[in-house]
Amino acid sequence: MSVRTTFERRQNRIAYAFVAPATLLIVLIYLAPMAMVALTSFTDYTLVSDYWEWVGFDNYRQMLADPAVSNAVRNTFVYAALFLPGAFIIPLLLAIAIQERKQFRSILELVYFLPVTSTLAAMALVWAGLMDSRQGVINAALGWFGLGPLNFLGDPGTVLFALAGISLWSVIGFNMVLFLAGLTAIPRSLYEAAAIDGADHPVDQFFRVTWPMLAPTSVFVAVTSSITAFKLFDTVAILTKGKPDHASEVFLYLTFLEGFEYFNMGYASALSVVFLGVIFIFAAVQTFWADRQTHS
Amino acid sequence: MARLTLSDIHKSFGSTEVLKGISLDVANGEFLSLVGSSGCGKSTLLRIISGLETPDRGTIEIDGKAMTALAPKARGVAMVFQDYALYPHMTVAQNMAMPLIMARLPFHARLPGMKWLTPHLAPLRAEMAGQVEQVAQQLHIDHLLERRPAQLSGGQRQRVALGRALVRNPTLFLMDEPLSNLDAKLRVKVRTEIVDLHRASGLTFVYVTHDQVEAMTMSDRVALLQAGTLLQVAPPATLYAEPQSIDVAKFIGSPEINLLPVCAEPEGLRLGATLLPLSHGFKPGTDLIVGLRPEALRLSAPGLAQLRPAEGPELQLDMVQASIEDLGSEIVVHGAVAALPDIALRIRAQKSLQSGVHKIALPERLSLHAPMATAVIFDINGKRLDPQSVARRQEALA
Repeated sequence: MSVRTTFERRQNRIAYAFVAPATLLIVLIYLAPMAMVALTSFTDYTLVSDYWEWVGFDNYRQMLADPAVSNAVRNTFVYAALFLPGAFIIPLLLAIAIQERKQFRSILELVYFLPVTSTLAAMALVWAGLMDSRQGVINAALGWFGLGPLNFLGDPGTVLFALAGISLWSVIGFNMVLFLAGLTAIPRSLYEAAAIDGADHPVDQFFRVTWPMLAPTSVFVAVTSSITAFKLFDTVAILTKGKPDHASEVFLYLTFLEGFEYFNMGYASALSVVFLGVIFIFAAVQTFWADRQTHS
Repeated sequence: MARLTLSDIHKSFGSTEVLKGISLDVANGEFLSLVGSSGCGKSTLLRIISGLETPDRGTIEIDGKAMTALAPKARGVAMVFQDYALYPHMTVAQNMAMPLIMARLPFHARLPGMKWLTPHLAPLRAEMAGQVEQVAQQLHIDHLLERRPAQLSGGQRQRVALGRALVRNPTLFLMDEPLSNLDAKLRVKVRTEIVDLHRASGLTFVYVTHDQVEAMTMSDRVALLQAGTLLQVAPPATLYAEPQSIDVAKFIGSPEINLLPVCAEPEGLRLGATLLPLSHGFKPGTDLIVGLRPEALRLSAPGLAQLRPAEGPELQLDMVQASIEDLGSEIVVHGAVAALPDIALRIRAQKSLQSGVHKIALPERLSLHAPMATAVIFDINGKRLDPQSVARRQEALA
């Protein structure tokens, strides 16, 4: 009995020793900074003053009343509403279309995936050139149809559309590859069984087999795309800086402004904690769903 | 109820010719097994019958109606897949209702959410649920209707697959190795259930398997397929006792049939250097292959069942034994012809009821006898020689 417990104790010690380095890294890289941000959010700490004190929930209270925050939240949701349907439906349709092709399948996959491999910061500048109100190709094309010119990035009415369009371009290939992987995992025999059962019409096939079998992939794509939508930052920082008239000031860009332009670290931390909370909800949905899938 | 007629079915995948002209008739209510080793084309043939594949050439008829160009759903066939192909996201009831929904609900009513927008179809939906329930009871799975496939055992999934096939009232029932995913004990049980189902339903069954035991025990007739051609189509007993070629003889029967290459001489058959004294009636100099089933070789030894004296001419053979497998009621002895070590020999001998726990010990050299009446004789190309002409020649000599 005692021999066994000492053996087990030694086994446990070895196990802890093995996980210690990884645990340390996780604490240092993820948990400690998150805790620091959470703590800072309860202070009035700024980068320009050595003096700071605990202010409790003041920063959070201020947030509720801040018109800049409600503007940023509204912009973020409008942007997400423009971006998400496209980021989900276009890749799904592309994946189904490409999946059925024998010829050129890999070339098409490559072409659609290329934007994912490019640096978005650099490609954003290319897009800015294309969308330019005077020399841009897109406005030239609109001109042929007697439309425009539109100042895509300079008009409060179009700037979120333009940003959503650039993000779509960059994410379609990635989501398409995810959907392709999901489609490939559906056993062929299910479609054959469906054909024998009478479901050989493409619409029936889609609703009876493809769509339900794709559910886990769809949830994953929806959740990751939502997270991508809410953390929109780089194209805003490079192309519009929140302009015109705060029309492209999204939540994360406002957080950045508060922290690194106005040096209100306490307030920026509070904004970050809220952002983290929203992302956490999405991650929880994803995990909960994945759990349900594997246990059923 | 259906009679299936295949004529001259050809199919190639790329440059590989999988089916080389298959013609086959399956009678109404018959249970026909398509058997062959993997890659022989049996599954492709089944898929062509179901309509999942189209033949390059040849026609399929069911009850005299041309089916070759019809979609699977229009053929009135049901199919059970090797992996069952149940829809994992649907309950058992939904799985089984699928063929009914597809056949009887109009297109717009099958779209998602339309159940609530088409209340006038509720009686039809209820009727279909009733049909599912009825088939489920017949298969004793009515308590599983609300479960999903992942929550079922292999045997239960198998039954759901059968149920989904039955519910549509098929004329022809196709099965693609439906037992291969079950463990050995369950396999025997489901085997009898399928045979019972066949008997009760009176439907025409085409059953694909690589397992000769399944084919032999379940079928009215067995079609043996090899490399895309039908070797022989016959009732199981005929296939075993009267194989038309060496390939058939080798495939059917376990352990494998013994094949002795002999040369006819005036005084008997020459096997290597030894002469087996026997009156045979073949022209001297003819090369023959004598096929003897392992249980046709007779061996006398302590512990083995007593042999009754054989009738007719007997072939006498010496064997060097290498190993003995004790199967409980019988033993299988492996070894080789004493005169020709390259020619393997297998004997199956019944143990005597008194042998009890005693281990059967056999000397290294055994003397075997085989009545020539049990031998199947092939020409050098592997084609079976007409047994009647062989018998006539033997009689003439005697």
